[in-house]
Amino acid sequence: MDTFSSLMDGFGHALTPTNLLFAAIGVLLGTAIGVLPGIGPAMALALLLPVTYAFDPTGAFIMFAGIYFGGMFGGSTTSILLNTPGESAAVVAAIEGNPMARSGRGPQALAAAAIGHFVGGMIGTILLVLLAPLVAGLAVGIGAPDYFAVMVLAFVAVTSVLGSSRVRGFASLAIGLAIGLVGLDPLTGSQRLTFGIPQLADGIDVVIVAVGIFAVGEALWVAAHLRRTEQEVIPVGQPWLGSDDLRRTWKPWLRGPLIGFPFGAIPAGGAEIPTFLSYVLERRLSRRRDEFGKGAIEGVAGPESASSASSAGTLTAMLTIGLPTTATAAVMLAAFQQFGIQPGPLLFQRESQLVWTLIASLFIGLVLLLVLNLPLAPVWAKLLRIPRPYLYAGILFFACVGAYAVSGQPVDLIVLLVIGVIGFFMRRYGLPVLPAVLGVILGPDAELQLRRALQIADGDWLTLVSTPLAVIVYLAILVLLLVPIARKFVKRPEKEREPADH
Amino acid sequence: MSAPIDRTWLKDHSELGISAFLFAAGALVLGNTLLETRGGGSSSDPLGPHAVPLGVGMLLLLLAVLLTLDVLRGGKGEAESGDDIDLTHPSDKRTVLMLAGVLVATAVLIPLIGWPLAGMALFWGATYSLGSREIPRDPLIAAGVSLVTWFVFDTLLGVDLPGGPLMGLI
Repeated sequence: MDTFSSLMDGFGHALTPTNLLFAAIGVLLGTAIGVLPGIGPAMALALLLPVTYAFDPTGAFIMFAGIYFGGMFGGSTTSILLNTPGESAAVVAAIEGNPMARSGRGPQALAAAAIGHFVGGMIGTILLVLLAPLVAGLAVGIGAPDYFAVMVLAFVAVTSVLGSSRVRGFASLAIGLAIGLVGLDPLTGSQRLTFGIPQLADGIDVVIVAVGIFAVGEALWVAAHLRRTEQEVIPVGQPWLGSDDLRRTWKPWLRGPLIGFPFGAIPAGGAEIPTFLSYVLERRLSRRRDEFGKGAIEGVAGPESASSASSAGTLTAMLTIGLPTTATAAVMLAAFQQFGIQPGPLLFQRESQLVWTLIASLFIGLVLLLVLNLPLAPVWAKLLRIPRPYLYAGILFFACVGAYAVSGQPVDLIVLLVIGVIGFFMRRYGLPVLPAVLGVILGPDAELQLRRALQIADGDWLTLVSTPLAVIVYLAILVLLLVPIARKFVKRPEKEREPADH
Repeated sequence: MSAPIDRTWLKDHSELGISAFLFAAGALVLGNTLLETRGGGSSSDPLGPHAVPLGVGMLLLLLAVLLTLDVLRGGKGEAESGDDIDLTHPSDKRTVLMLAGVLVATAVLIPLIGWPLAGMALFWGATYSLGSREIPRDPLIAAGVSLVTWFVFDTLLGVDLPGGPLMGLI
């Protein structure tokens, strides 16, 4: 039982007073941020990246993990009480949760969501413990060509699956790749896209890109369309569940993770698709199908459990292969890079203690979240009333602090603004944000793996398809690229009958 | 086409600006790579430092063309929605420009008056731009947020934020 002893070792390190404190700060911040409308977990982590300069890696990641799960917990509170979900992962929670709150069953909806997150997170993390060492063990043998293929898959999957337009997805990716090129070439030291400006030689820091796109871009975009009318917040009491509700919810809680975990681990999976699938499944299985849409508790319990389990799946892919499948994981990967740690199969050998402490702190964080969220829900709900000018001024303020902290140069605020403006126009014209961020973070890695592969093979391009894994991955990419084109081809006759302009 | 029709056409197709941006970025990447860096790969690095930038540059140009075609065929990017977003009214350009101005002013002010004061100007300026006019409350909250943040980062976390001339007073 090597895994078990490593995990126990991890608990030993995670249960020190300092690390417990980090976990507590993380879950509190995460829940607050998740509840606050307009701030998602990705933006929260991006804003907190600079804080980690002062921490040791273990403490920082314990806190980040708490924020990740806490954001999920908090996000469902917003959905249930406001009916306008901030994160796409919490959309489904609003479908049944908000009608429940409206009909006076808010406490039950909040409890079903919170316990759902707890159960989903626990099962997901147990799966992470069981699977991660296996995956890491298998992945140790994979070489540069495989890594390159997997990264290309991540790029293509993220641009093809998310968003409605693939041209716009790829445009976003290309912008990110171009930003990632700026600076000195890591292999030869020659300057690329620096235009002779010395500040650009170090490249544009990932922190500034992430904060610029997630925080400044979002704040500017919201500022341009700020809702002028007050939204109705449904008042809520202490969350609790009666025995009748418990009978209805325990099965959905257990079913959710089975859908959530695998989707979290695949590129471009994230939590959106599994929460929706879980909702559909619960509706089909329920004996009270007529209640769905009017406040069925199963429709809150299943999807919320799936959503937290998908976070654990995302962490599995990120820790074992170094592949971020969601925006939040992409920012976490950037944090690892800030510390000079490369997630991937070797992480479990080189940073064994860090990884297992992090995993142990996931369990601790989930318990803390459940303990904090059930009694504190009415307090969190008060955050929904924060005046919006303060909220968005605060986001801009902390974005500037973060960007400045990177290197102590006021010029970085201008770079931050430029990237924020790019983020603004991306939101205005429907360019998804995630491909750009993934391009900045993974682009330089992908280039390095490509060049390393060709280095080893003396410039023979066939090396890229020399392993079975790489071939399988390229076939998957081909399918992803061709399916929509084929579908368009089949649909064309119908489309031609429509009038040309509408 | 007469002038007024031209203008509404441009307004409906303002997304072509994104195509132009992609084209400009592509041209910049390609131009810079072709002009500034010399020599190809070597035996130890067959691909060399330019191959990927050339690829990215060409990808940007290709996407500029594809996006232009998409927009001319009537394709439209979907504006992002969210908690506090009301897409029924058009973009409030004044607020966005004011916020951008506040950020630029902060960058200029930091070396002159230090973080605590510049941060306060930033927070208050942002709340003002966003439409809040609570006179004693807004600047007080701004001062509080800025001072606490400066103290936490500079003193507790050891992230260097210059105190500026204010430090002479303490």
